[in-house]
Amino acid sequence: MSDTSTTSVTPGSVNVSLSDVTKSFDGVVAVDQLNLTINDGEFFSLLGPSGCGKTTTLRMIGGFEEPTSGRIVLGGRDVTYTAPYHRDVNTVFQSYALFPHLDVYENVAFGLRRKKVAKDEVKKRVGAMLEIVDLPGYEKRRVNQLSGGQQQRIALARALVNEPALLLLDEPMSALDAKLRHQMQIELKSIQSRVGITFLYVTHDQEEAMTMSDRLVVMRQGKIEGIGSPQDVYDNPSTEFVATFLGASNLLAGTIASRGQEITAVALENGTTLQVPTARVATSTVGSVVKVGVRPEKIRIHVSGSTTTTGNTLRGRVRVSTFTGVGNQYIVEMASGEDITVYAQNIGEELAPRSGEEVELSWPIEHTFAVRPAENVISSDELAS
Amino acid sequence: MSVDAPSREVPAPLVEGTSRRPRHWGRFVLPTYSWLVIAYLVFPIVVMVIYSFNRVTAGLQLVSFSWNGFTWQWYRQWSNIPGLTSAFWLSLRLAIVSTVIATILGTLLAIALVRYRGKRFRGKAGFEQILFLNIAAPEIVMGASLLGLFVTFNVARGFFTLVLAHVMFSIAYVTVTVRARLSGFDVALEEASYDLGANPLDTFRLVTLPLIMPGVLAGALMAFALSIDDFVTSNFVSGSSAPFPVWVYGASRVGTPPQVFVFGTAIFTVGIVFALLSLLVSKRKV
Repeated sequence: MSDTSTTSVTPGSVNVSLSDVTKSFDGVVAVDQLNLTINDGEFFSLLGPSGCGKTTTLRMIGGFEEPTSGRIVLGGRDVTYTAPYHRDVNTVFQSYALFPHLDVYENVAFGLRRKKVAKDEVKKRVGAMLEIVDLPGYEKRRVNQLSGGQQQRIALARALVNEPALLLLDEPMSALDAKLRHQMQIELKSIQSRVGITFLYVTHDQEEAMTMSDRLVVMRQGKIEGIGSPQDVYDNPSTEFVATFLGASNLLAGTIASRGQEITAVALENGTTLQVPTARVATSTVGSVVKVGVRPEKIRIHVSGSTTTTGNTLRGRVRVSTFTGVGNQYIVEMASGEDITVYAQNIGEELAPRSGEEVELSWPIEHTFAVRPAENVISSDELAS
Repeated sequence: MSVDAPSREVPAPLVEGTSRRPRHWGRFVLPTYSWLVIAYLVFPIVVMVIYSFNRVTAGLQLVSFSWNGFTWQWYRQWSNIPGLTSAFWLSLRLAIVSTVIATILGTLLAIALVRYRGKRFRGKAGFEQILFLNIAAPEIVMGASLLGLFVTFNVARGFFTLVLAHVMFSIAYVTVTVRARLSGFDVALEEASYDLGANPLDTFRLVTLPLIMPGVLAGALMAFALSIDDFVTSNFVSGSSAPFPVWVYGASRVGTPPQVFVFGTAIFTVGIVFALLSLLVSKRKV
């Protein structure tokens, strides 16, 4: 039935790979020619707005949906059309899906019982797992007597106790309140490093994905828009969508004016020229339309004329200044009418510019990137999460 | 001051515009009405229970509706009329067999109707119509056509045809009851079971069935109740082996032996016990 015992976890080796996986429902493409490789021991996240295909991808790996085309290889075995009960994968469901007619012990023991694990062994492993999720002594409780956070831990325990080669987590925190969610993120990450099992985590919450993941992909409309470590994807977004979905970005439309070995110059519509490291420009042809981006926290803001600036510089007038405690958030309106958001940390160094003041914005060239404009408009719905 | 209160016993309030609104007889209407309906429904049963304890003075041991005094005689001699006793056992066997069959088939049907649609269950809408028709159609129609069918195909009337007929009219009730329970069923529970290594059969046995059990039991209870008291259909298809209601009908033309009331009271008591049990079970469940 199951080959758990033969699976050895060697960090760095391929755990699961998807090649050209496509899934369409009645002609509507949910996942489009997806290629993805996840390594053993990784905490990997699929991040994207609802309807981007991340849950469908997870369900295909779990065996609950069959790909329309493509191949899924898990631990060296082609499982594309294998039934879920013959895969060495376990899932933490969004609704937890705990069995309401069984107590906590029977819920956690369910998978081991199916594998005909000896009674003493079941008892030992369930007990150990309840320790890991910090709910020892809860064996006899009914699952509907547990709080949302406790139910989530039991769902995690029920999946992990089987020591799967890969654990799938389908937005497991979406039902928890913000404080509990934050606490569980840290806990989940520490459990993952303790048990050493590969986690594939699906979420629409970019902060959650960045906090926990070793690597992540950003998905949109069934396709991968960006892949890499959270820092890599954040600092070096590959598309306009990634730049806006993962954190906030200031994006200014322009055209490539010249291209050097190191630096590419982009002329903005208002006449200013910004310099971008050539390595961080998505398209290289001179004359093509791009969007130049810079993260709000990378920008230094000062009252015009107060210091000399280096790197890229823009001028504008402070439209809104908001004090947030840890810093100030400014919305600066440029002569062209475009707004630029700036986060300045509250380190007590400079005098904060006030609303209406003329300011200069500057940031190092290496923090500038240029992406191809999104082919179809990014709706506010997609960014709502 | 209240205008709409038709009561006259209340003295007019001393202060105009008081917030009190007397509704003196209004609050008796609903209880009175309810008790009248209950009395109306229970009266025949009460009569039956009382007269099962009635002494018989005439030579023939038949029910008379003059009260002759209390006796346990008919309870002691409950099996004194061989035809009645065998008709009762036949009814009981028939009810048990047809309930088991109808419950299994009806439950599976309910699962199919809830889970599958479109390409996987062509003609589902038509099927639902047939189910509805099965419940709505007058029993006399079914009974008569079944008899016609059995006669045409030369099927001997007896226990087999009775079971066939009873299963047929019970299935729809089981299906409707189980389907109601299934409609709120979270499919993720079954996916979780597959995910944990249970094959479809284990998943049904360990997850689906325990969770829909209250619905299945309610459906079975309904099927049993329908079968044990069925007269119309049974009368058509029973042949020479008359179940309890058919036998009683036949006997009542000459005169009802008091033992009929004893069996009636027994069935009623068992029914009450089952109803109370099902109430307990459904209260305990989520």
